[in-house]
Formats: sequence, C-alpha cells, structure tokens
Amino acid sequence: MSLDKPYADIPGTVIFDADQARKGYHLNQFCMSLMKPQNRARFKRDERAYLEEWPMSQAQKRAVLARDYNEMIALGGNIYFLCKLFSMDGISFLQAAASMTGMSQEAYARMMLGGGRSPESCRHAGARPPGEDK
Amino acid sequence: MARITAGVATSHVPAIGAALDNGRCADPYWKPLFAGYEFSKDWISRVKPDVVILVYNDHASAFSLDIVPTFALGCAASFAPADEGWGPRPVPPVEGDPGRAAHLAQSLIQQDFDITIVNRMDVDHGLTVPLSLMFGQPVLWPVRVIPLAVNVLLYPPPSGRRCHELGKAIRHAIESYDPDLNVQVWGTGGMSHQLQGQRAGLINRDWDNQWLDRLINDPEALARMPHIEYLREAGSEGIELVMWLVMRGTLDLKVRALHRFYHVPASNTAVGHLILENAI
Repeated sequence: MSLDKPYADIPGTVIFDADQARKGYHLNQFCMSLMKPQNRARFKRDERAYLEEWPMSQAQKRAVLARDYNEMIALGGNIYFLCKLFSMDGISFLQAAASMTGMSQEAYARMMLGGGRSPESCRHAGARPPGEDK
Repeated sequence: MARITAGVATSHVPAIGAALDNGRCADPYWKPLFAGYEFSKDWISRVKPDVVILVYNDHASAFSLDIVPTFALGCAASFAPADEGWGPRPVPPVEGDPGRAAHLAQSLIQQDFDITIVNRMDVDHGLTVPLSLMFGQPVLWPVRVIPLAVNVLLYPPPSGRRCHELGKAIRHAIESYDPDLNVQVWGTGGMSHQLQGQRAGLINRDWDNQWLDRLINDPEALARMPHIEYLREAGSEGIELVMWLVMRGTLDLKVRALHRFYHVPASNTAVGHLILENAI
C-alpha cells in the first residue's frame, strides 16, 4: 500500500517526505559537506570534480551546476540543505526563494513587504500560483 | 519544587540573527521587528529564569540525513553556535544543564516519550536567534539552556497532539525535580512561511492570528489540527508551529498572554511572539 500524500496537490510545493529524502540523500549530504571551509574551497576550485566524488544522478549534478533550485528540490533536495550551497554563493534566503518563484528579485521583495503571497488561489492544484508565468 | 513559571514563543528566522550581528537593528526594515521584543527583554530581566527548556529545530546543522531524531534532548554541558555555512554567529556558547537534562530524559522516557539523548551537538539559529531576541547581546547568556530539537524538516514531524502531550510530560518531569528552580519553556519557529518552489513567500496573516488565539484559549483542540492544514495554510515551513504546542502543554489550560506580537515580514517569514503565564 502506498502512503497517503494529501499534500501532493499543493501547487508549487514539494514536501520533503521519506520518498524525497531517499532520492535526495546524496544531494543533501553533498550540500552539507559545504559547511566545512576546506570543502567549499575545493568545490569552488572545480565544481564538476567535487561533484564526481558523490554518487548523485547526472540530473542532480546538472541541477547543482546550473543552480536550478526548483530542479534540485524536485530531485530530492531540501531547502535547509540547499541553503549551504546558496550561502556559499553569497545568496540570501530571500534571494533564493525569489529565484524559485519566477518573479524578479525586486517584485518578490515588494511582495514580501506588502504582506507576502496570499494563500488564495494557491491552496490546491488547478489554481495557478501567482508568479508562475507558464 | 521546580516550577515552570512562563512559556515563551517566537519565530527564529536566520536573517534576524544576521541583522543583530551586523548592527542593523535600527534599519527601517528591522526596527518594527525588534520593537516587538522590547517588552520581552525588560520582562525577562525582571523574572530571571534559571533554566530555559528551548524547543527548536535543527536546520541541517547538527543532524544530517544520516540520523534524524524526532525528539532530541541536549544533555551536554555546553553547546557551540553552529557554522551554518557562513561562519558561526558571534554569540556566546550556550551553557547546558547536564544534571537537570538527565533527570528530564529519564522522566520523559519513563512517561513513554522515547527521546534521543544527545551529548554533543552544535546549535544553529533555531536556538540562538530566540536567545538573542529575548536577551539581546550579552557577553554570556544569563541562563542555562536545555535544548530540545524536534524534527520538522523531514516529513512527517510529530503530530501537534504528540507535541502537546510531550509538553505535559515535561511539566510533570520538572515538577518532580526537587530543588527550587525557575524554569521557562520556549517554543520556537513559524509562523506562516514557505521557502521553496513557486509558492515561496506565502504568508497567511488571518490564519496565523487565529492560530495564536487558539493556542492561548483552546490548545487541546488546536493540537488536533492535521499537518495538511499547516502545509496548505501556513506554507511548507509553517509546520514548525507544532513546536509551540510543546511549550503550551507545559502550562495550565487557562493562561494569560502577557505579551503578543505579530509582524510581517522578516525575510520570507511571518514573525509571531507570545509570553504566556498560568492564569492564576
């Protein structure tokens, strides 16, 4: 029997559950390795070579190299692990979050100052999350 | 007899720590946020707790995906601020309370809470930002801290009901500790926020405020709220709020709020803050 996942229909959201954690184990552990300054230095010197030391999928490695955070999350990444990567890049949580919404940094920062994204229209699938221009 | 004299709840956004550490508290962006804690800093300097049991979550700092404890009790003599990828926060080390933590661990396990005992861990912004908000920037923290780390990162976190029951067990454990002691329990994290995906930036002011009302007045019913409601209404990271129910469980059914504060935004997050005391 498969697990009940009532959260699967929340748009623009991936819940980091046991299935995602299993897929993303090495990706997340790679991110965690960047907490050590010497690892950050080695990764910066040759990102591809450093990634080759981790048994991650090619798709995960491509997503890391491209800093595609939505893709990393789809492939099992968790934001609190991924934050080690964007922190190393000097990117704040605000900037990283904005980059995942498809909005410009300015528009996202304005939205937050204006009280954030309203939950109206993004509780269930079918309602298109604002900012997603597809 | 040791007593739980108050409960404190607060969000624990990393950017708040960065604002403090970089001297930006007076910036127009941050000023209204820190103003909401002025009462609290004054209050805590008067009531002077001996020990704070600080319920928080680790953000992939002490625990990787190798081991994910649901409830982890910090029993060490001290806890160093974690390097979260940009160097440790320039705050004092956190002094633990190994004797009382051991008492707490034994009592909780005997009350059917199979907690994990941790004798070495660094503590991240989840624990140090609430200390900074309540105590400012002292040379040493004026309190001993027993960290209680709750997994809210890997879904599912423990249920609201389980967290609330854990609070009741903590109260029982503290009240069975002989020496006279002034103990506070803090619940941290939340309120509504989502840090990932196209829905990032979600804030639900109405829901947050109703949740605060219910936490104060009707915690038993609130504890039965299913996780899906947190995820849908308060965002994927809003589920941290279950940790506030641990704090609430350590207090009487009837409480009064000495202080209540709500502010949007701190970075991506809605900040909530409460100080609660038993009503009588």
